[in-house]
Amino acid sequence: MSALTFEQIHQRLASKFGDAVGPLQPAKKDPFCTFAPARILEICRFLKSEPDLAFDFLEDLTATDHPKLSLIRVVYHFYSYPHRHMFIAKAEVNRQLPEIDSVEQLWKSANWMEREVYDLFGVHFKGHSDLRRILLPDDWIGAPLRKDYSEAGGYRDISNVRDNPLDLYLSMDRELKAQQTAQPAAGPQGAAAPEQHAAPHPPAKPGA
Amino acid sequence: MALDQLVMTKFGDTAGEEMILNMGPQHPSTHGVINFVVQADGEVMKKAVPQVGYLHRAIEKIGEIVTYPGFMPYTDRIDYLAAMFANEGYALAVEKLLGVTVPPRAQYLRAISCELNRIASHLISLGSMAMDIGAVTPFPYALRERESINDLLEALCGARLTYNYHRIGGVAFDMPDDWTPLCRKWLDHFEHILDEWDRLISFNEIFVERLAGLAVIPLEMAINYGLVGPNLRASGIEFDLRKAHPYGAYPDFDFKIPFGKAYAGAYRGGVVGDCFDRFYVRVLECRESASIVRQALDKFPAGEFMAKVPRKIKPEAGEAQSRIEAARGEMAYYVVSDGGERAYRVRARTGSFLAMGIIEELSKGLMIADLVALIASLDVVAPEIDR
Repeated sequence: MSALTFEQIHQRLASKFGDAVGPLQPAKKDPFCTFAPARILEICRFLKSEPDLAFDFLEDLTATDHPKLSLIRVVYHFYSYPHRHMFIAKAEVNRQLPEIDSVEQLWKSANWMEREVYDLFGVHFKGHSDLRRILLPDDWIGAPLRKDYSEAGGYRDISNVRDNPLDLYLSMDRELKAQQTAQPAAGPQGAAAPEQHAAPHPPAKPGA
Repeated sequence: MALDQLVMTKFGDTAGEEMILNMGPQHPSTHGVINFVVQADGEVMKKAVPQVGYLHRAIEKIGEIVTYPGFMPYTDRIDYLAAMFANEGYALAVEKLLGVTVPPRAQYLRAISCELNRIASHLISLGSMAMDIGAVTPFPYALRERESINDLLEALCGARLTYNYHRIGGVAFDMPDDWTPLCRKWLDHFEHILDEWDRLISFNEIFVERLAGLAVIPLEMAINYGLVGPNLRASGIEFDLRKAHPYGAYPDFDFKIPFGKAYAGAYRGGVVGDCFDRFYVRVLECRESASIVRQALDKFPAGEFMAKVPRKIKPEAGEAQSRIEAARGEMAYYVVSDGGERAYRVRARTGSFLAMGIIEELSKGLMIADLVALIASLDVVAPEIDR
């Protein structure tokens, strides 16, 4: 019933799993270490079952995307209710073919959190019982929380872009001024006025 | 997923023998836009599969696009019934990254605003739970009290629901001069109201009998499925982040942690972790929160309400997680900084999301009417699930 520090937990893991557990990162606020993705299930089982570690609660499971390193880091936050200590670990997976073992068989809470990571990052969890998209529709294209994600421009003919009304107003204003300078002879209520009420063509988007 | 696809993948070919019902997304008792696909044999469910995501607003993505302070108003929208906590959790995470110490007065203001918000949120939960299972009268009583809290919080921070009150390094405004007597007056009134509430609904024989022994979540299951907050405590563990890992002003306050004790009584079939425990733990938490607000007003320190924070917030590269005890349990923000003006990644871990995950397992063998009670007792809020 005593809380272990990050260093103690890391020591314990490093002596058991050797190279599969990376060095403890220098504490920039929250320390963490990396696990070899191939042995994630084994290490997690050890974390959960060892009486002095007893991580019975998978507090958070999420990911971060790193296109420059061509990596996705799956981030695990473990917590132990009996000992009240916590531990943070990351597993690095290939960004092109992200695949890692599911930890659902150890913590049921991983079921929904892995589905969320699958949905938003496109990471495949091997052995997951029900790997479907969770927040987005099934026919959605792409993984939105990846850094290089760009919106498809709409979903089922529902556009998600619109012209900035301010741009529209400015371009109308410019057109009007251009006409006025081109036809200085026309009076203020002359030819220019009906033009204002004609339906304006949507202006080209700046930079398009 | 289209319904026919879901039926095939989740229910298999035998589904033809039973009814497949859609409950929601527009259903009064699902507390927002959530869909349940229910496989039922008569009134008894074989399974209820929740489908979420109708309210997904990509708040985590927005966190990568806007600056650190600019994200604060968006956190309100994570949980509109308890927006203070969403504010506080995010502020704490960024403060941890920056290494800023919040002045005591701001910490007290945070505690006061959060605890009032917790009462408001629990009142909605309790009232709507009673209403969902057929007791309509208590709901307006709960709303009446919540209106007073909204008025108090409006006087404090100018908004009634989406507060945007907490700031990185403190809070937005100091307490108005005449606020303390108003708040005390309301607390005096509210403690009697809780007794009245118990007489009106908590100890109503029909109500207790209806919920006793219903949808029991054993402690091990609750932990394994990642339940947090009142849902977890109702399963019989005395765990509260305000005590276990104190933050802000909470070490200064003396309060109890209510947890499930089969309050419905064994002779009615009450079991630790049943729906009534989840209901009554929230009632008890309202009392504790009121007592915390009172203590905070008594000890309210003088001084600054905002720390000195640079105008441009650029934390050095690193990552931090903050965990707070929100109205719907543990809320954790995981913020990664790459040294820029914008966060590299913001992750909000919310209580409702994982509370939904347990429903598929728990619904086996329940009646359809009991599913309504189960959803209400878990106190899930749709925007907090979908973010």
